Amino acid sequence: MKTLEVRDVVVRYDGGSGLGDVVALDHVSLTIEPGSFVVALGASGGGKTTLLNLMAGFLKPTSGSVSFDGRIVKGPSSERGVVFQHGALMPWLNVVDNVAFGLRLRGVSQKERHDRAREMLRLVHLEGVEDRRIWELSGGMRQRVGVARALTADPDVLLMDEPLGALDALTREQMQELILDVWARTGKSIFFITHGIDEAVFLASKLFVMSPRPGRVVASLELGFGRQFAAGAKSGDVRSQPEFVATRERVKALIFASRELVEATL
Amino acid sequence: MSSSSSLFESRRPRAPALPVLSIRHLFGRVGYVGRVSIATSLGLLLLWQIAASLEVVPAMFLPSPLAVATKFVAVSRDGFQDATLLEHLLASVGRVTAALIAAILLGVTLGFAMNLSQTAQGAITPILELYRPIPPLAYLPLVIIWFGIGEFAKVLVIFLGILPSIIIATNEGLRSVSPDRVNAARSLGATRAQVIFLVLLPHAMPSILTGTRIGLGAGWATLVAAELVAATKGLGFMIKGAADFLVTDVVILGILVIAAAAIVMEIGLRVVQRIVAPWQGHE
Repeated sequence: MKTLEVRDVVVRYDGGSGLGDVVALDHVSLTIEPGSFVVALGASGGGKTTLLNLMAGFLKPTSGSVSFDGRIVKGPSSERGVVFQHGALMPWLNVVDNVAFGLRLRGVSQKERHDRAREMLRLVHLEGVEDRRIWELSGGMRQRVGVARALTADPDVLLMDEPLGALDALTREQMQELILDVWARTGKSIFFITHGIDEAVFLASKLFVMSPRPGRVVASLELGFGRQFAAGAKSGDVRSQPEFVATRERVKALIFASRELVEATL
Repeated sequence: MSSSSSLFESRRPRAPALPVLSIRHLFGRVGYVGRVSIATSLGLLLLWQIAASLEVVPAMFLPSPLAVATKFVAVSRDGFQDATLLEHLLASVGRVTAALIAAILLGVTLGFAMNLSQTAQGAITPILELYRPIPPLAYLPLVIIWFGIGEFAKVLVIFLGILPSIIIATNEGLRSVSPDRVNAARSLGATRAQVIFLVLLPHAMPSILTGTRIGLGAGWATLVAAELVAATKGLGFMIKGAADFLVTDVVILGILVIAAAAIVMEIGLRVVQRIVAPWQGHE
């Protein structure tokens, strides 16, 4: 298994109209160990998506480095799968062809890639919708198609950019459990972006709290609630234990502290 | 987007998309809008017949629908100016089709080039923007001076009339692609060529087809002009010949046949659009 390492990264871009340079990420370092569930938590504009784009290889850092398995990341690759906030599915393909898209790019035969896509659809509990059009699916179903698509290419790490941000509260909790389930069953590393505190604390095996403008990591915590759920504990039991509630409040305090820090410097 | 939609009127909810391709699915059912359209067409026909019967204007200037229908049979059977109606029609449709195919091939290629390369964008834009607003009739003499009065010159003029809308539609279609969609393909291992053919082309397809429909309208408009010049067959040539001898019923017949041919091609393109781009309006 392979480690993804972000080392002392700065991302600066031209803000335009005389605003000067905007610093999206300011000396950020973090490591995604094999098999870990890393969550980046922070307010919007905190550079979380920039961080993900670096890891995926969509963006190059102004300084610092991103490496995967000891090699510098120079561009996107199928070893680092991405799940997008709005799915980014292809509406001209049906569900199974969307999921099999990565295999088609590699020239895998139609039968083989459909078999593999069906397998991944079963993993995300989506069966019987293989031939449906993308726009006929609900938001939660679309995101599951997005997860299945990323998994079909068999990446070592899954990068998820606020994949549950656009879902209603009930679907959101179901999806959190589904993602933990997929994580436990596949053993893949996951990097997950969110601005939901409860979601972050529930999912993370390692949680990074980020502060906005400029994007910085202000705290990191080792957590185990997601592992408890993956080991068979009920979601309600995990969430109602005193440690969970205490951790959630602590993380909330960290976020507000970082926000006051930002306001004080303005 | 349904072609019959209206922003300001409340409408009955649309029937859900049928899962299989059927005649109804492709052409849509005849709803309220369709019934109004049919009534309007019949009403115009009736007004025309009344005006002709009352001889508001002499029959030489306004022949009755019946006279035109009779002429339709006569020209179909015996021909007009050494060619039957079908031969005139096929000559015209052939020219428009050849020009349309060439315009799609070049227009889509140039639209992609402009989107993928700044050099191409800089090189193509001034040429496109300079010639686009000029009516084909204005540069027709130049085309004749350069390319003669053969078939090539006629197809070329029609082609030039169609081309800009396809380039612009392709370019606009490509500009609307979300970076996420391209990145999704790249993160699954897509090469540049795969991004172009498996993401950008299907994404731009609805827009390309809309551009083709608009371009086709321009193509028919240019056709008559192109056929005024030393043709021996074609609907434009037939109309011009009939007008020279004041055979008004053949003039009207020619106009109606052009309208019918254009409508049939338009419907054909809409069918293609529904088959190739059924997701249009669902994003």
